[in-house]
Amino acid sequence: MGKPQKKKNVADKVRKTKTSTEIKNNPFEVKVNRKKFDILGRKGKHDVGLPGVSRSKAINKRKNTLLKEYKQKGKANKFIDRRFGEYDTKMAPEDKILQRFSMERQRTLEKKDMYNLNEDEELTHYGQSLAEMEKLNDIVDSDSDSEEKGLLSAELTASHFGGGGGLLRKKGPGEKGDKGRSRQELIDELIIKSKQEKRERQTQKEESHVLTEKLDQEWKSIQGLLSHKGSRAQSQDQTEKPKLDDYDMMVRELGFEMKAQPSEKLKSEEELAREERERLQNLEADRLRRMRGEAAESSKKKAVHFSADDLNDGFILDKEDKKMLAYKDGKWSVGEEKEEKEDVEGEEGESGEEEEVEEDDEEAEEDSEDGDDSDDDEEDSDEDAHSDLESEQGSAREEEELEKDEEELPAASASCQLSEEELKAQQEAAKAELPYTFKAPDNTEELKDMLQGHSPLIQRLILERTLKSNHPSLAVGNKLKLQKMFGFLLEYMGELASSKPPELNTVNILTPQLYGLCQLFPAAACKAMQTLLGDSAHGIEETVEVTGRAPFPGLDTLIYLKITALLFPTSDFRHPVTIPAFLCISQALTQCPVTSLQDVTCGLVLCCLALEYVTLSRRLFPEVVNFLLGVLHLAVPDKTTLGFSVVSPFKQVGRNAELLVLNTPEATEGWSRTPLRLSAVQGLQLHSDLEKDHYRLSLLNTCLDLVKRCAVLYKDTTSIFHIFQPIRAALAHLPLKNYPAPLQELHREVLEALPETPAQQLPLVFDKKKPIPLKLLTPKIVQVLDYGKKRGNTKEQREQERLKHKYKKEFKGALREIRKDTRFLAREKLSDVMKRDSERKRKVKELMGSLSTQEGEWKALKKMKRK
Amino acid sequence: MAATKSSNVRLESSTESIKKPHRIVINDKVESILQSKKNANEIFDLLEYLQSDKEKEVVRGVNACGQLFCDLLERGDLFVGKLPKEEELLEGERSADDKYRMFLRYRYNSCIEQLLENMGHKVYQVKESSLCMLMKFASTEGKFPLQKLDWCEHYSFPRELLEAVVQRLLSDSEDMAMLISRFQEFLEMDDVRYYVMCSLRDYVAKVMDKNKGAVMPTFQNNVFALLSNINMPSQESELTNFMATQGAKHGDWKAAKFKEHRRVFERTWLMFLKYKLPGSMYKKVLVIIHDSILPHMSEPTLMIDFLTAAYEIGGAISLLALNGLFVLIHHHNLEYPDFYKKLYNLLEPSVFHVKYRARFFHLANLFLSSTHLPVYLVAAFAKRLSRLALTAPPNALLMLLPFICNLIRRHPSCRVLIHRPSAEEPCNDPYSMEEEDPAQCRALESSLWEIKTLQNHYHPDVAKAAQAINQPLSEIEEDISKRLELSTFGLMTKDLKSAPSNVPLEFDTVSQLLKGSRDVLGAHFCLE
Repeated sequence: MGKPQKKKNVADKVRKTKTSTEIKNNPFEVKVNRKKFDILGRKGKHDVGLPGVSRSKAINKRKNTLLKEYKQKGKANKFIDRRFGEYDTKMAPEDKILQRFSMERQRTLEKKDMYNLNEDEELTHYGQSLAEMEKLNDIVDSDSDSEEKGLLSAELTASHFGGGGGLLRKKGPGEKGDKGRSRQELIDELIIKSKQEKRERQTQKEESHVLTEKLDQEWKSIQGLLSHKGSRAQSQDQTEKPKLDDYDMMVRELGFEMKAQPSEKLKSEEELAREERERLQNLEADRLRRMRGEAAESSKKKAVHFSADDLNDGFILDKEDKKMLAYKDGKWSVGEEKEEKEDVEGEEGESGEEEEVEEDDEEAEEDSEDGDDSDDDEEDSDEDAHSDLESEQGSAREEEELEKDEEELPAASASCQLSEEELKAQQEAAKAELPYTFKAPDNTEELKDMLQGHSPLIQRLILERTLKSNHPSLAVGNKLKLQKMFGFLLEYMGELASSKPPELNTVNILTPQLYGLCQLFPAAACKAMQTLLGDSAHGIEETVEVTGRAPFPGLDTLIYLKITALLFPTSDFRHPVTIPAFLCISQALTQCPVTSLQDVTCGLVLCCLALEYVTLSRRLFPEVVNFLLGVLHLAVPDKTTLGFSVVSPFKQVGRNAELLVLNTPEATEGWSRTPLRLSAVQGLQLHSDLEKDHYRLSLLNTCLDLVKRCAVLYKDTTSIFHIFQPIRAALAHLPLKNYPAPLQELHREVLEALPETPAQQLPLVFDKKKPIPLKLLTPKIVQVLDYGKKRGNTKEQREQERLKHKYKKEFKGALREIRKDTRFLAREKLSDVMKRDSERKRKVKELMGSLSTQEGEWKALKKMKRK
Repeated sequence: MAATKSSNVRLESSTESIKKPHRIVINDKVESILQSKKNANEIFDLLEYLQSDKEKEVVRGVNACGQLFCDLLERGDLFVGKLPKEEELLEGERSADDKYRMFLRYRYNSCIEQLLENMGHKVYQVKESSLCMLMKFASTEGKFPLQKLDWCEHYSFPRELLEAVVQRLLSDSEDMAMLISRFQEFLEMDDVRYYVMCSLRDYVAKVMDKNKGAVMPTFQNNVFALLSNINMPSQESELTNFMATQGAKHGDWKAAKFKEHRRVFERTWLMFLKYKLPGSMYKKVLVIIHDSILPHMSEPTLMIDFLTAAYEIGGAISLLALNGLFVLIHHHNLEYPDFYKKLYNLLEPSVFHVKYRARFFHLANLFLSSTHLPVYLVAAFAKRLSRLALTAPPNALLMLLPFICNLIRRHPSCRVLIHRPSAEEPCNDPYSMEEEDPAQCRALESSLWEIKTLQNHYHPDVAKAAQAINQPLSEIEEDISKRLELSTFGLMTKDLKSAPSNVPLEFDTVSQLLKGSRDVLGAHFCLE
């Protein structure tokens, strides 16, 4: 009902009706509000009030609103405003205005007023919008305009100044027939003509302008392409035009000249060593972090490794490929020249660009050149050669060195196995016949075709060259090819290992290549290895389900497991490859029954691998301990009083429970500790009992050593005594006196390594938690620094307080307004009533008056009659 | 007479067989015998075939005999009633017709004998066809009985024939599992099943008594194969499938009564289990006992002797006996003294490696879920299990560790096993693994250090599970039912499936296969 909000603008209006100064100066109008405290610098809004003004304002307002409503109350008729969108509240007032305006425009357009030339609003000049011209952005045509300015066409001048005669004369011969045309018509024609001409000129100008602009645009689009050329052109210009100020040039040169960058300091040997150490330390720390199972995702550090001999410069040996790589101008020929020069020099003094294989070749050649050195010289000839090379390659970088080291070792190992002559001959032959590029194989068969029939070293060379010629930086598809090649190579190695006899030497030599590929494509390597391990485990699982027993995995699986340990960190808490590998070992050690010496060998290989896996992390591998116990159990001849029990895959008693018991006690003589052969996993040929016994002793030796390693590895675990208790019991049952001295010695060492009594331990308690603090009841003291301001803890609270306050104020104000409204209405009603009453009184009075006069008259008449 | 004839026939047949293929010859003979009584002697030729060396001929002979005698039975050409001796056949004063029928009856009997003999034949086809034919005879005989129905309530069922078949099936020298599984289809018929069980019971008792209760692996295997192939109906209304139906009153017939079926089933099993069984047989029986034997017995508690004996044997057999015992304890109120003590002693390192691991731990979980168990017992179980966990493979550990934690959750007073803040002195483990009585093993004074050790297990999930004891255990028990059957490969697939985003690599460069900072393999093995 009421309009509580006093609007300022309304108040202003009211005030403006009277002169404000007049009011303010009138002491009867002014009411001064008393202040309790006088505060300096505060400007109160309500120091002085004008009650009269505000009251009249309020009354006026009520008269305009409330009173009107009151008077309209109960009335049915209403005034309707039919203007467009008047009652549409959704429409913004601006839209409303726009719509109304456009409707108005339409109405005006509809009426076709042929005389109203200026119908369209846009004013033009020479066919161009005046509004656009006003922007004055067109300055191109100023010059062309100047040419024509003031020049009037001959016709125009003639018509203007030559008078009608000339005009008539001129037209006369052509169009005599139309004499009927009036002068007015002619002039019109003239005007049209001149206008046409002007328009043509105008359009022409416009066209040329458009063309220029288009040209500009095009230039801009190709300017970027020619930027450096342009700069060169500019510099040429500069040289051509020596007029440019030398000083300016100098200044600019100085300004633009690159500040001399401090070059990298040449690092000393120590520094290099330190950097390398730091890098390794970082990697080690990372490994430890992963071992503890902390999130490794945070640091996305990737060891930047490339294939063992990749220099990461995209350099390729063969010339055909070189052309692909070469630059277009100048430099290409330089490169070739250099290459030729190197060829002439006989592959000496090459810089680090040369392929690593070649270096090996060189070494070999140099070795041969060195001539017939003594044998001991030959032993370290590799290193010598290497150092020679290094001195030659003064600028060899750090990474290269690292890679070289990787490369050096297999070469050295190979040289151990092959005599120098053979090596040299082979490499010569290889150089003679091997092509320099190889196609990346599409499947394992192709890889096999490529590699088979060559010696291991040549195979490595082929692989290297394949990698080189399919380096990912050379072509788009190469990355995929090489990724696949990892899987092929792995399968090929598996085939090598499972062939009879196994070609483990080749596997050994190809391993660094595998490592290189793995470093290049970790994800692909992970996938390939996972597939192989998964297949192997699945095979065992299925066989166990069907037949209840499964044979031990073949040599290829063992090799895969070994390679896994070489390629991936086995110490990680969680790792997509090594954890399945762990499980693979675990599965084989628990589910494959031991039925022969061959099986024992395979189991021991797996134990070795398992120990390798956990060497760093020292994690518990119960299956290994179980298996070693089982193997010891196999060697115990008297199974009657055992103090321990063995678990699957071993049986307490049974057909195969005495596999490792010696047949003849005399077998100890002649036994010596020799490394077992991995090929024994595939099949054993032991003919005599003596051989068998020797083999048994070797297995026992391995087993005891593994037990010792285990004991050392787990010596800090809490339950070590209980873990190794059965093994202690089994060791006590071994027929020691039948064993040779080294075994007895080892047995003693193992017993020493094992704890004799259980260690004392603290009882378990939960991890200590940070105690939760008690709730404190002392009052919270807050120091108040600025008084008088609203204080609140948080922004929200303050806001809430403000809103609450505002609400209270508004509520009060609204109440007051409502009261005032009712009062106003009551007053109005009263005044209405009063008005009506007074009217009635007046009318009554009037009537009474007229009646009394009537009466008077009538009485007078009566009196008159009477008289 | 028969002997001489047969020799003649053999000659003839051999000469004939050169001309015609056997099949046609045989069929012709069957036709001729059926057509005219004159040709009756050709039956001898047919019976000859049953003894042939060639399996095909035997099979054909079997089929032919089957066809012949079935037709004869249907025609009523076989002598019904008590048969006089063959020698007396000609002496008595009988009509020629009777003589003919008696003669045929004798041939029929010899044919059955021959077929029974053929069930021990080397070739499976012969065995199978003989068996089928015998059963066909049995069913035809059921319809056209060869005994006189002298009193009305007696049902004629070819019991003797079935008994003979069962005896042949239960050979003591040959594994008849294949034939028995073929025989299973006949066991679907309720009366056959009933009489087979009856004769089985008698025969087993006879054979085993004769052998003085010694173990007879093959025989018992066959018996078990036959017994385990019996699918008992679960209610009376299922007894509808009969081989011999004469349309007479079913009510008095024992084979038609559900109760009788159950009684015979129970007796048969008890008879079989009464004797000493080979070790593997115990396992086989125990595997099926809880769902295919106990529910069909009218008095399951009678199994208690067998189950107790099996439970005492130890090892996997005890584990399996648990299941049957559980059914008895659970549904039949069996009171088993020292049950938990025995269960405690079943916990051996091998328990994680046996095939029935899932079943055992499922039951152990059930047994130990009672909240009324004494604390010392639960503590002993928890401690023993955690000690055994030191030798368990990871897939078992993933089930075992939550199992132990659940035990402690159910019995909060066992919390001292993983949280004993009072003691500060380091001490030796007071728990004694050798003690057989859980009350004496002092498990409550110990702590589960073994689980602490397992926190360093190589498998991350196991290590995580073991770390649960570092904090106070949560209230809610973990569900181990899904982990019971976990296999190593199943565990592996989890790792194999997850697509790795980032694969950490070994940074130590590789030079050789057997060379590296942590190499162990190279110390013992060489690349040859």
